[in-house]
Amino acid sequence: MGNFDKKLEKFWEIFIEHGGYAKVLTGLQNTLIIAIVGLALGILIGTLIAIIRVTPQYRRLPKILNALSVFYVGLFRGTPIVVQLLLAYYVFLPLIGVNLPALQVCVIVFGLNSAAYVSEIMRSGILSVDPGQMEAGRALGLSYRVTMLKIVVPQAVKNILPTLGNEFISLIKETSVVSFVGAADLYVAFNYIGSNSYEFMVPYLVMAVIYIVLIALAAMLIKLMERSLRRSDRRH
Amino acid sequence: MIDVINLKKSYGQLDVLKDITTEIKQGEKIAIIGPSGSGKSTFLRCLNCMEDPTSGSIIFDGHDIADMRVNINIHRRRMGMVFQHFNLFNNKTVIDNIMLAPVNIGLHDLRMKKLHNMWLRFRNVFSANKKPLHPINTSKARIKAEAKEHAMRLLQRIGLADKAHGYPSTLSGGQKQRIAIVRALAMNPKVLLFDEPTSALDPEMVGEVLDLIKQLADEGMTMVIVTHEMGFAREVATRVLFMNEGNIVEDDTPDRIFTSPQHPRTKEFLSKVL
Repeated sequence: MGNFDKKLEKFWEIFIEHGGYAKVLTGLQNTLIIAIVGLALGILIGTLIAIIRVTPQYRRLPKILNALSVFYVGLFRGTPIVVQLLLAYYVFLPLIGVNLPALQVCVIVFGLNSAAYVSEIMRSGILSVDPGQMEAGRALGLSYRVTMLKIVVPQAVKNILPTLGNEFISLIKETSVVSFVGAADLYVAFNYIGSNSYEFMVPYLVMAVIYIVLIALAAMLIKLMERSLRRSDRRH
Repeated sequence: MIDVINLKKSYGQLDVLKDITTEIKQGEKIAIIGPSGSGKSTFLRCLNCMEDPTSGSIIFDGHDIADMRVNINIHRRRMGMVFQHFNLFNNKTVIDNIMLAPVNIGLHDLRMKKLHNMWLRFRNVFSANKKPLHPINTSKARIKAEAKEHAMRLLQRIGLADKAHGYPSTLSGGQKQRIAIVRALAMNPKVLLFDEPTSALDPEMVGEVLDLIKQLADEGMTMVIVTHEMGFAREVATRVLFMNEGNIVEDDTPDRIFTSPQHPRTKEFLSKVL
């Protein structure tokens, strides 16, 4: 560690003078885009899948949709996200002749991947809501769909928010593999700095600190949301 | 108003309701009593198809709502239900609890009318036989305002207007149940179904809920009440059904049932609870 000052100096030089900071900012931006848009997509699709999975299966259509959902969840939970990225970018998209930028592919794949996890989280959330809530809605003449979306899902979301926050945090961390398909995230930025200064210690340490800060911020955000959603529990 | 014909309900091998036929007339207040497990609640829940009957018909206003092809939601609007555990929507304020169904259903109907009008306009362009459009004499804002006004009137009636913007978790059991009752009333139902409305309440709160039910009964509301409150059944009901093992064993006026029950099972039950 004797030459730590020197290493820091080298890092600083590349970071400031050779446009390293711009790369880091782009990387940070991409990481956040993939994690946030991916989670939003995941929540949207995941909620849909969860609703399909808890809908009573008297008729044929719900049965088919349910089987598809089970298959989907199995597929996306059964393979690592790196494999999904590689398959999507190098196999699936060329096969159907679509050319998308790496970042967009990453957002979609992360969205689809997190949908599989969110659907299971959401399903347990929906099942944790008192069945009486659904009954009361139906007894008033509201449809299954309206009662689900206005009454049951909001309460389910409140129950699962901590778990959903966890999913967001792991999503942020998992974005560090997007360089496999050439998307520029934080890792790419700090790797650039490292390989230009022939010195990786400081860049990787800084990268770790940035991840920690990001996740601390995310955790704080989740806490705030939890608190505002707990409003209906408080006695006042 | 509700004709129950050969109603049967079974869960797998277990026959909960065995061939029930009865009629509920406008203005009647029917109390259903009987030992637990006798099918009282299941019978009540079959009346608005919260439980789908295994076989038989339930004719409400001329429609067989036990038929799976019928859009049950439309008929449930006219049948209010009050639950043992209140089931207020925990994520909504008191006033939103009451307004939710009227607003949603009002807006839904408005949307459907507008959509159908669009289709009619389109078709009238090409067809010689012009069809008139649905008259639309309301708006989103008006539906909401009217629902809110109605909800406030209902809350004032039960003296809980000051709780309008609180959440259900801030209320006592008796307050919750009274709000659940006016929530059902907000849809202007033709009949109210009560599923043991006071069984989950502290004894001191039973009175306020029974008083409200009594008021509604006096105003002529048709109601069916599953209850263990024999005194209340005797006082309010115009007819008492005694159920045992999935059958209506005795169906008579409260006076006759409580003073001179005919069936041995009724006698045995009443001797235990009175």
